[in-house]
Amino acid sequence: MHGNAHEVVDDIRLGAAVKEVTGESVADCYQCGKCSAGCPLAAEMDYPPSQILRLLQLGMPEYDEQALRSHSIWLCLTCEMCVCRCPKEVDLPKVMEFLREESFRRGMVNPKARDILAFHKAFLDAIRHTGRLYEVGLIGSYKMRSFHMLQDMLAAPKLLLRGKLKLLPHRIEGRDAVSRIFRRTIGKKDDSE
Amino acid sequence: MKLGYYPGCSLLGSSREYGESFCAIAPRLGLELQEVPDWNCCGASAAHNLNRELSLALPARVLGLAERAGFAEVVAPCSACYSRLAVANHELQDETLRRRISEIAEVEYRGTVRIVNVLEVLARFASDSLARKVVEPFKHRVACYYGCYLVRPPKITKFDRPEDPQSMDELMKVIGAEPIDWAFKTECCGAGFSVSRTDLVAKLSGKILNDAVRRGAEAIIVACPMCQVNLDLRRDAITGYLGREHTIPVLYISQAIGLALGVDEQSLGLHRHIVPVALSQNTTAEPVPVEPVSSGREDA
Repeated sequence: MHGNAHEVVDDIRLGAAVKEVTGESVADCYQCGKCSAGCPLAAEMDYPPSQILRLLQLGMPEYDEQALRSHSIWLCLTCEMCVCRCPKEVDLPKVMEFLREESFRRGMVNPKARDILAFHKAFLDAIRHTGRLYEVGLIGSYKMRSFHMLQDMLAAPKLLLRGKLKLLPHRIEGRDAVSRIFRRTIGKKDDSE
Repeated sequence: MKLGYYPGCSLLGSSREYGESFCAIAPRLGLELQEVPDWNCCGASAAHNLNRELSLALPARVLGLAERAGFAEVVAPCSACYSRLAVANHELQDETLRRRISEIAEVEYRGTVRIVNVLEVLARFASDSLARKVVEPFKHRVACYYGCYLVRPPKITKFDRPEDPQSMDELMKVIGAEPIDWAFKTECCGAGFSVSRTDLVAKLSGKILNDAVRRGAEAIIVACPMCQVNLDLRRDAITGYLGREHTIPVLYISQAIGLALGVDEQSLGLHRHIVPVALSQNTTAEPVPVEPVSSGREDA
């Protein structure tokens, strides 16, 4: 449990890797479907949450890959409704988190999740060198990564007028330490796409 | 009473009225806030979506700095920050993991800090100093919107009821408001998809607004910058999705309390809202008959 994901999961089935890294057992799920019923975005997903768990339960390479290539894992908002209602307390958000990290690491991110991934990366761009979120940098970086150059053109002036956009970033004393945290964890992977 | 204070990035930027109003009411309630020195971003939703160790190490640095500064408790008014710090704190109770993450974060953390949310802190004052200091009762029908992170997952937050929480409702009653009974108290607003999937935010937040308005709320009360931004800044997108415009304002709990304590609107940052905060003067609105509308989930 709590092992380092990257060292253990390449040679074993995904369900076993979930157990190894997160401590959650996909076998605990008896497919009642309560997670899918409560999920605010189940209707947008290619596989509702309970079916993602089912794919992992089957323990076949092709199903593992379907889970990693699914749109669902990126649509999960980590709202925690599913785990709150699960009769077996399967921590599905934690499983989803692991699947996203694996999907990203293995280059299997669903093309429909492009904008969501672009935003996560842009967000991390906007904190890694200053230590705190630089919102103007975030929007700029997101536009570059997503190619949505015109998006939020109308929102930005509204925010500026209300004094809600700081034009300069806050730089904390420990910004170098924060940069080193990034190097030691996510490394350069987030620059790969 | 002294308390460590973690503002988080939003409270200095796009949600600065939350920070302003919270800092305005704190001393009036007898609460002394001391900022955690040199705090960094908690990683928000981005870090835990891409890298688990990063999502633990960023909060670990904050927790370690807070511990070093001698704080037993730290309040994080932003409920997303609260969640990330509390979840990391929970995971870091595992000693092996804590050692490894402390090394990555370059801050020794022994696991002694407790992270508290804004409702927990305010509730401590509810029956005493808050009740005594209300000068202008906030006589409005309000929809208390808790969102996800204050109450879930319950094994970590250990706070209120996950499905039908009451703590914010109780606080609102203390300042003279009338909390409505409604169905979307803890439904997700779309959170971190505000920029990348505004369409989904419009849908989820639209259902929340619809229900609050349909049941006669005059204002929605929140304790989370993401909820506020999605319901306020994204109002145009919501209007586009619903095909009708709602003018209901979305106030932070600290703004509603501030008004009741007689703090001026400027200090509470009411002018920073996108949807104008135009509340009728201290009159509880006539209860609006509930229209027979479908559950709001018909297209879910």
